Amino acid sequence: MELRAVSKRFGGVQALRDVDLAVRQGSIHALVGENGAGKSTLGKIIAGAHRHDSGEMLVDGRPVAYGSPREALADGIALIAQELSLVPGLSVMENVLLGTEAHRLGMLDARTMRRRFGELEELGFNLPADVPVGSLRMADQQKVEILRAVAREVRLIVMDEPTTSLTPDEAERLFAVIRDQAARGTTIIYISHALESVLELCEEVTVLRDGQVVRTTPAARQTVEGLVTAMIGRSLGAIFPPKQPPASDAPVVLSVRGLATSGWVRGVSFDVRGGEILGLAGLIGSGRSEIARAIAGAERREAGTIEIDQQPVRINSPREAVRRGVALLPESRKAQGLVLGNSVLDNVTLPHMHAFQRGGVVLRSRQRARVQEVCDQVGVRAPTLSGSVSSLSGGNQQKVMFAKWLCRPPRVLIADEPTRGVDVAAKHAIYELLVGLAARGMAILLISSELEEVLELAHRVLVMRRGRIAGELDQADEKAVLRLAFGTAEPQSGAR
Amino acid sequence: MSSGLVRPDSPPAGDAVAGDASVSAPATSSRTALKALGAVRDYGVLVSLAVLFVVLSFTAQNFLTKGNLLNVLDQSTDLGIIATAGTLVIVGGAFDLSVAGTFALSGVLAAKLATNGVDPTIALMIGGFSGGVIGFFNGLFVARIGINPFITTLATGFILSGIALVVTSGSLILVTNPNFGSIGTAAVGGVSWESIIFLIWAAIMAFLLARTVFGRYIYACGGNEEAARLSGVRVSAVRTVTFVMSGFAASLAGVLSASKVTTGQADAGQGLELTAVAAVVVGGTSIWGGSGAVWRTMVGIFLLGLVSNGFNLLGFNQVWEQVVFGGIVLLAAAVDARLRRGRS
Repeated sequence: MELRAVSKRFGGVQALRDVDLAVRQGSIHALVGENGAGKSTLGKIIAGAHRHDSGEMLVDGRPVAYGSPREALADGIALIAQELSLVPGLSVMENVLLGTEAHRLGMLDARTMRRRFGELEELGFNLPADVPVGSLRMADQQKVEILRAVAREVRLIVMDEPTTSLTPDEAERLFAVIRDQAARGTTIIYISHALESVLELCEEVTVLRDGQVVRTTPAARQTVEGLVTAMIGRSLGAIFPPKQPPASDAPVVLSVRGLATSGWVRGVSFDVRGGEILGLAGLIGSGRSEIARAIAGAERREAGTIEIDQQPVRINSPREAVRRGVALLPESRKAQGLVLGNSVLDNVTLPHMHAFQRGGVVLRSRQRARVQEVCDQVGVRAPTLSGSVSSLSGGNQQKVMFAKWLCRPPRVLIADEPTRGVDVAAKHAIYELLVGLAARGMAILLISSELEEVLELAHRVLVMRRGRIAGELDQADEKAVLRLAFGTAEPQSGAR
Repeated sequence: MSSGLVRPDSPPAGDAVAGDASVSAPATSSRTALKALGAVRDYGVLVSLAVLFVVLSFTAQNFLTKGNLLNVLDQSTDLGIIATAGTLVIVGGAFDLSVAGTFALSGVLAAKLATNGVDPTIALMIGGFSGGVIGFFNGLFVARIGINPFITTLATGFILSGIALVVTSGSLILVTNPNFGSIGTAAVGGVSWESIIFLIWAAIMAFLLARTVFGRYIYACGGNEEAARLSGVRVSAVRTVTFVMSGFAASLAGVLSASKVTTGQADAGQGLELTAVAAVVVGGTSIWGGSGAVWRTMVGIFLLGLVSNGFNLLGFNQVWEQVVFGGIVLLAAAVDARLRRGRS
């Protein structure tokens, strides 16, 4: 399998630029890089889920262009994505043979199917045939996906972050299966953040940064440190406004102690002062968003206390959070942030309707006046405030979310991936907005997968790893953050 | 096209940068077509109603008479009261299929009470408010326990119809006290009280949805439940209230209907729940929630009413009426489906 000068754009974002990649048959080849470096996009192009804009893709020396995952599958290429595509209610055997069932005159031929499944079983997957897939553990579900690919005589499997939801023990067993498949001639492209296991499992490693290949080298000649260095090391653009440190006597506005969630966040404590931007860094799934949601009442807290302006507060629902002046800008504006079919007006005032009504009737002129004002302040460019937000660009939608919370300024603003999927100009505007809000005394908790955002905007950075604070950095640089996030260094002192 | 692979409702997968950007890639020509289709949905139904009205005015002799038009209005009241309240439920992202059961049971309840010595006015009032209680329980099951609204109200609908059958033992309950029929048969200047109540009710529903905070919350809950919740909206409370409205509307219509014929009957209003959904959809309110309006439902009701009236006046074979109904519903739903697909 070979890629030559493959490029891909998504709207205004150049996701991949002139990517060259050669993968030997029967090898395990890793793709690593920061969040947003283009690893998953590359994997999806190989497996037909996206189509490249330019460049060439060769399989066995023959140029191909897959229009759909189905076409790639027919050519022997399968993608095992982070979200598995199994039918939970069907048995292991039914899932493995899904779409390739043996039949006679349309009736299922159970005997032939059992025989085929039996043959597959000899590969040593150790999976029960008749158990519903939904009742299996994640690692075993992943094995079912691999077995399904094997059953279809797939020659190349793209695996995107297969170990994020596995225990080390389960991951080890999965690796054994992967190695065995490679030994039988199947090519594996392995996309992962877990650098140590990448080095342990894979033969070659390709590092991506900003949609470009940094280098491809044999894993034996690599170290985790070396990979991390290769993944970062770009110049920081001048798009970040200068930091303004909070006043030295600024009072603590948000104080969190011993926070634990039903997920895996445990023992998280920190303070944010007025005018301070506290960055929350870490890999996707390290618990950053869980913390944000727990503070905003969107997710259950198992333990921990929250104080606002040194007063203990009870926040058990988003409604209470809004009342206490805690605003959450959620990570997905589409799924959590905006009612896309509704107007700018209604989206902006949704949390504050009580201020725009008399006797339950909406005071529409007051509503319009305030929304106009706050949209101007934030820089929303919308042809009309009554039009639905779905017609706006990503950057403008994101600004509408800001307008929504600034309509009645909160004490604490939690911004989870505030620049996701917006262009550079909108990013710049959002950075200025965040810095400006802090300058006016708001306490801001900033979560971002784009490390430089956290580094350039935050006054202090907490690095999360597996649900815990791995360390706190006052003078953060990318290396230090990544070391903590990947767990390649001892936690630094300063974590309270 | 890459954008076709991104499901409209699925959260962006994979790397952050890749997720949303692909969706916003514009396709100008298809967008213009979509806009045109949007206009069809917004005003097509209104134009259809006007065209049908004009056509009937010329072809059917007795159509454009006060008597006939009031008759159309009068015959739309049961459906109208229920469907206007049902609009709130559907815009809020749920369904109420129990309205036919409520309709029947409330009439039966009022008739049973009236024949057992309760003052007819009181009996009608008790029956009329019974649906509010039923709606509250529907809301409880849907919003608090989290049972799918479709299943919940299908089940409670069966239960309510069943109770109505038990109460009547399968026969009609005739009410002899003339006061029982006073409201259902009374009229002011040729306009039946029923029709007046329907129009008032529809105006209240339209006002609630379009002008009040509660109405804004209904749109938000139906449009994006999670975003509404994170904005501090009490989604379950909002939804429960829409069910209370819908239940109350069904029992109101039920007692008016029972009063009209001075009879309680367990099989009254059969099929009303689905006709109500049809009227809402024909008007252009999205079946997926989050958008729509009560005036649309009114247009849908009168469109279906005029079709029925036209069959009658023009002497067409009535057996075809349902076929035409179904065709209209399908057409309206098809326009909505195309709009939805394009929006992704």
